[in-house]
Amino acid sequence: MKKINSILSLLILSVLMIGCGGDDDRKKSGAMATNAAERVYVAPGEHDEFYGFFSGGFSGQMSVYGLPSGRLLKVIPVFSQDAEKGYGYNEGTKAMLNTSYGFIPWGDLHHVDISQTNGELDGRWVFTHENNTPRVARIDLNTFETGEILEIPNSAGNHSFAITENTEYLIAGTRFAIPSPQRDMSIEEMKGNFKGPLTFVKVDQETGGMELAFQVIMPGFNFDLAHPGRNASHGWMFATTYNSEEANTLLEVNASQNDKDFIVALNWKKIEEYINNGGGTMMDAEYAHNVYDHNSSTATSTMKKGVKTVDPKDIPGAVFFMPIPKSPHGCDVDPTGEYIVGSGKLAAELTVFSFSKMIKAIEDKNYDGDAYGIPILKYEDILGGIVKQPGLGPLHTEFDGKGNAYTTFFISSEVVKWSLTDYQVIDRKPTYYSVGHLMIPGGNSRKPFGKYLVAMNKITKDRYLPTGPEMNHSAQLYDITGDKMELLLDFPTIGEPHYAAGIPADLVKQNSKKIYRLDENTHEHSVRNESETRVERKGNEVHVYMTMVRSHFSPDNIEGIKVGDKVYFHVTNLEQDFDVPHGFAMIGANTAELLIMPGATKTMLWEPKRVGVYPLYCTDFCSALHQEMQGYVRVSAAGANTPLKWSLDGD
Amino acid sequence: MKLSGTLMILGSALLLGLFYFPLWNITLGAPQYPEPLGMDIYISGIQGEEEFDIQNIDGVNHYIGMKKIPKPEEMWEFNIFPVVIGGMAGLGILLGFLGLFKFISPNWFLGWFVLMMILGVLGMYDFNSWLIDYGTDLDPKAIIKLTDDAGNPISYKPPLFGTQQILNFTAHSYPRLGAWLMFAGMFLTLIAWWVGRRSHKTQNI
Repeated sequence: MKKINSILSLLILSVLMIGCGGDDDRKKSGAMATNAAERVYVAPGEHDEFYGFFSGGFSGQMSVYGLPSGRLLKVIPVFSQDAEKGYGYNEGTKAMLNTSYGFIPWGDLHHVDISQTNGELDGRWVFTHENNTPRVARIDLNTFETGEILEIPNSAGNHSFAITENTEYLIAGTRFAIPSPQRDMSIEEMKGNFKGPLTFVKVDQETGGMELAFQVIMPGFNFDLAHPGRNASHGWMFATTYNSEEANTLLEVNASQNDKDFIVALNWKKIEEYINNGGGTMMDAEYAHNVYDHNSSTATSTMKKGVKTVDPKDIPGAVFFMPIPKSPHGCDVDPTGEYIVGSGKLAAELTVFSFSKMIKAIEDKNYDGDAYGIPILKYEDILGGIVKQPGLGPLHTEFDGKGNAYTTFFISSEVVKWSLTDYQVIDRKPTYYSVGHLMIPGGNSRKPFGKYLVAMNKITKDRYLPTGPEMNHSAQLYDITGDKMELLLDFPTIGEPHYAAGIPADLVKQNSKKIYRLDENTHEHSVRNESETRVERKGNEVHVYMTMVRSHFSPDNIEGIKVGDKVYFHVTNLEQDFDVPHGFAMIGANTAELLIMPGATKTMLWEPKRVGVYPLYCTDFCSALHQEMQGYVRVSAAGANTPLKWSLDGD
Repeated sequence: MKLSGTLMILGSALLLGLFYFPLWNITLGAPQYPEPLGMDIYISGIQGEEEFDIQNIDGVNHYIGMKKIPKPEEMWEFNIFPVVIGGMAGLGILLGFLGLFKFISPNWFLGWFVLMMILGVLGMYDFNSWLIDYGTDLDPKAIIKLTDDAGNPISYKPPLFGTQQILNFTAHSYPRLGAWLMFAGMFLTLIAWWVGRRSHKTQNI
C-alpha cells in the first residue's frame, strides 16, 4: 500500500511538474554533445541513412525527415489544403478532399505505416489516416505524393490504424463510439446503443488501391491503437479500447473507473473467410473514394454506397477481449509475433501478453464471462509477464529486433528499454518533454533496423529559441546500438507528430521519380510543345493552354478575357530535367498558386473581377531569368468585343 | 601472308563497331548538374547519354544563343559518314581477302591505311569546324553576351579533345568505344602491312 501511495504521489507530482525534471541528465547530454554531433552529422552532399515519415497531426500533412540528421526533406499534403503546392486548391487536386460531408479542407493526420511484404518493410507506399473525418490515405513512394484517399463511413474519429504484414488490409478502428447506423437519439442512452466499428480496407497489391472490405461492428467502446499480428500471430489483429465504461460525459473521470479495459483480439482471416462465404449484411453508407492519377495530375472522386458489416457474435472464435489494466493506449506486437505489449496509460505496470497462451486459453474455452456476447479471456491465462515499476504513464512500445523493447512514458517523460526475455528494465533515458510515440525504423515489423530511436515529444518548452507561446513539437534521436541509449539530437517537427515510420533510404530512393514524362502526360488539357499552345472560348469559359519552360510562358500575352469569365489556365511544364518545377500565380485568383513538376500539367481557375491588364508570373525560382518569367492578361468589360488573341514574342 | 591478311580483315571489320558504338562523347558538368549532361556522337547522329540530355543541353544553351543540337537530317555528315565507314570497312576486308590469297601485295594495306588516315583527318577537321560554328555562330538576340579582353564575342566551342571550362560548365570531349575500335582496327591494318611485308620479303629471298 505504501508503494502504491508513493507511486501515486509521484504521479501527481509529475503531472504538476511536467518539464521540470531531469536536470542532471540534461547536463550529461551537453557534455557529450561533440561526439553526438559527429554521429548525426551528414556531410554536405551526402544522404541520410533513413527516411522518417512523421505524421503532422493537426497540420493534416506528413513530413519527411532524414535520419540521423533530422533534416526536413519534404512536407507532403494529405488531408489538408496546402498553398505551397496548390494541393486541394488547384482543379486537379480539389477532388482529393471530397467527403460525404462535402469538401473538407482539413484533417487530423495521426498514424503512419509503411507497406510490408512478409512482415518486412518494402518501401512501396506509406499509409496514413485521419482522425476527425475518418479517412485513410496512400502516399506513393515513387512520387512522394498522395495517391488515394478513402473515407470510412459509419465511423468517427479513426484512431486505431494498422497494416497487416503483407499489406492485405488496413485496419481503421473508430475512436468514438457512435450510433450505428447514425441516427437521432439521446446521448444519455449511449450505453449498449452506441457501437464501435472496426473497418477493414483491402489493398490491391499491384497498385496500392484501397477498397472498403468490411466493418466489424463492435460494442460501443473507444478503440485506440491497433497492431497486426505477425509471424505466428499473422491473421490476427489487436487493438486497445478505452472507455469500456461507455461513459458519455467527463470521460477523464468517468472512463477511468474500471480497473481493467480491453485489448480486442480479432482473427481477421476467419472474418475474411466468413465474408467470402457470403456472410455479413449490407448497411447503408455513403463515402467518398478519391483517386489521384499521377500521369494526368487529376483526382477523381466517386461517391460510393453501402458497406458489408459483420456482427462478431455471428462468427464464433473470431473475436475476444483480453483484459488490460487501466485505460490502455499502446498495444504493440513484437517482431516474433508472440508478445503483445499492452500499456495502460494510468497503470503502474506494463503488461505483456503471450499469443501462444492466448490461443491455448481460447482452445480451453475457459472464459471470464463476456461483454456483449464477446468472450473475455482470463487475465492470468494469457499473461506472458509484467514489467514492474517501469515508469509512469506507459504509452507505446517498439522493438529493436535484438530481444529488447522500448516503451515511452508520458507522465515521467522518459524512454525505457527493457528485455523481452526477463521483463527487467535495462536502461531509461529522459525525454524533453512528455513523450508520446516513439519510432525505431521497422520497429513494428518482423525486421527492425535497431540503430536509432526517435522520441516524439508533445511539449517543447526551453529546447529551442522561444517563438511566442507556441513551440514546434520536438523529436529526439537516440542511438540504441549499445546497452545504454544515448541522446544524439533534438529537432523540431510540424504539427503534432503523432507517430512516425522509418525505413532505410536504400529501400526507397532508387524508386524516386526525377521527372514526369511529358510523353506519358495524360492530363485532359496538356500540350506537348509551344506550337500547340492556344486560347479557346466556350461561352463564358475560357481555356488557356499554356506551357512553361526556362524562362518563359507561352503564350505570355493574352487579350479578349472579360469580366465574369471563368478562365481555366491549363499549364504544362515542358521541362524534362530533375528538380525543375515551375510555379504559376495570377493576381486576384481566389486560390493558391500552381506548382507544376517537370512534364506535368495543372489547372487553375481564375475569375477576373475588374477590367485592366493583369500580370501572371512564375513563383518557383527556376533560372537566371526567373524574374522575367511573366506575362499579361488583358481583361475587358463584360460586354466588350475585344477579340480573343494570344502571343509569344509578338507572334 | 595468312596472318597479314587475317589481321587486315579483322582490322577493317573493327570499323563496323562505329555502327553500334559512339565515336565521341562530350559531357557538360556544372554545380547544378552534378550528374553531367552528355551527348554521344555516332556516325549517324547525336544522342543524349540520358534520354533528355539533348533537350536539357539545348535548354541551357539557349541562354547564350547557341543553335539546337542538330538532328541527323540536319547535317549531311550523318548521311555520308556511314557510307564512308561502311565503304572503307568493305574495301579493307576485300583487300584482306585478296592479300590472304596472295592476289595483291601488302603495300595495298598501307595504301588503305593512308587513305583511312586522310579521311580520318578530314573527319576530325569537319567535326572541329562544326564545333567552331556551334560555339560561335550565336543568336544575336542571345540573353547572355560575353566578350573576351579584346572585346570580341567569346567562343563557346567545346574542345575537340580534352577538358575545358566554358563559363560555369566543364566540358569533357573524348573518344568513345567506336573510336577506340577504329583506332585499334587501323593499328591492326598497319601491323598487317608490316607483317605482310616481312613475310613477302622472306619469300622473295
